[in-house]
Amino acid sequence: MNVPKELKYAESHEWMRAESDGTVTIGITDHAQAELGDLVFIELPAVGRVLKAGEACAIVESVKAASDVYAPIDGEVVAANTAVTSAPESLNEDAYAAWLFRLKPSNPNALAGMLDAAAYEKLVS
Amino acid sequence: MLKKTPLHAVHRAAGARMVDFGGWDMPVNYGSQIDEHHAVRNDAGMFDVSHMRAVDLRGAGARDFLRYALANNVDKLKEPGKALYSCLLRPDGGVIDDLIVYFLAEDWFRIVVNASTTEKDVAWLRKLLAERAPQLSLAPRDDLAMIAVQGPQARAKVWRAMPGSEQASANLKPFQGAQATTPFGEVFVARTGYTGEDGFELIVPASHATAVWNALVAAGVKPAGLGARDTLRLEAGMNLYGQDMDEGVSPLVAGLAWTVDLASPRDFVGKAALVAQPPAQQLVGLLLQDAGGVLRAHQKVRTAHGEGEITSGTFSPTLGKSIALARLPKAVAIGDTVKVAVRDKMLAAKVVKPPFARNGKVLVNPTDGS
Repeated sequence: MNVPKELKYAESHEWMRAESDGTVTIGITDHAQAELGDLVFIELPAVGRVLKAGEACAIVESVKAASDVYAPIDGEVVAANTAVTSAPESLNEDAYAAWLFRLKPSNPNALAGMLDAAAYEKLVS
Repeated sequence: MLKKTPLHAVHRAAGARMVDFGGWDMPVNYGSQIDEHHAVRNDAGMFDVSHMRAVDLRGAGARDFLRYALANNVDKLKEPGKALYSCLLRPDGGVIDDLIVYFLAEDWFRIVVNASTTEKDVAWLRKLLAERAPQLSLAPRDDLAMIAVQGPQARAKVWRAMPGSEQASANLKPFQGAQATTPFGEVFVARTGYTGEDGFELIVPASHATAVWNALVAAGVKPAGLGARDTLRLEAGMNLYGQDMDEGVSPLVAGLAWTVDLASPRDFVGKAALVAQPPAQQLVGLLLQDAGGVLRAHQKVRTAHGEGEITSGTFSPTLGKSIALARLPKAVAIGDTVKVAVRDKMLAAKVVKPPFARNGKVLVNPTDGS
């Protein structure tokens, strides 16, 4: 299973990367895409939307079923990856390249309480 | 405890993703469901369908009994080996199951039924037999496995994998089968399937199932799971029991009027009820026009003539669009635009006549969709 060491993780199967400008990039994990199967539709939150941690804000739909993606932390959406909505299969190919959206976190230390790679690997093993 | 087919260990070893399918531990895919789908449309793929059950009906008067028990007319079966698709109906016209019946000899018909319905089908047929034809025997064949090999290259690859099978099956017409003597024992080879492609369904001794599967892999047949089987059958406009029809649904509202023989004077179980209830609904195809999701079973459909519901929906890999079968009011016409409730949106869909795709070709106008 592919669980990059440098990322943080949520129990709801999102990954998070802290960017140098203070924003956080968010996607779903390799484990999550494998469970979902071939993705055929992705819907992302609008830029400017303010999200609470735990709020359903995106949809990833595979040939089999639709699943919600949750905001792992509080924040405002500052970017959405439209490349992935026009090519949902790219998320199956590389779940860490195919990011979904980027948040400006309400709390700069929001990632401190998130799972590290070892803890996430344990969760899904 | 989930039931296992004779090929269970083969699927596990191939790294298949397994699911509980009606109490059976079955492969849903071996990697990419979409790749498996395309392999069947363009080359050759195979499915383990050993969870389905062959049931042998033997004895004098077997044809007479089936003439009464089945909604389609077994008198259409004239040459040995011929197969017929039929519904098994309740007296009130509801569908107990859909099945394929093979005419092997006047005193031997083989019925292939769905996995989850096997027990109730056998119980129902035994009850009918006790009333009408107690001399007949009915035997579920747990000693047999079934492999469906489907796609434009399926027949050639079966012949390569199973020496001796070509001679017995080269001249089979669609919906016809024959017994072949092969290195894997006596194999029943039938030119049938559930994908809209040419191919064979093989009924093999369970003890030889793994050897047959491995020989087919060596001949270049791609293992495919139940996920691809569902998208293929839906593109081909074929119903799935339990989804597109069940005991509460008449075959006449499930797109199966072509399988119900109301023309001949023959009586059969459910006939009187069907004649008495003209259908108010119909089963049609839908092609999604708007972006915003995938059509799925149980989504509500709004039409100019009232409400309906999707019975099966998916993303079609061949069309690259979402498609569905839907039960809609009878007054809805092919070409109409309807609205489907997908989560919090109402998305436009075009009403089309299934099938959507068969024999590698798209059969609906794709510009009708998004």
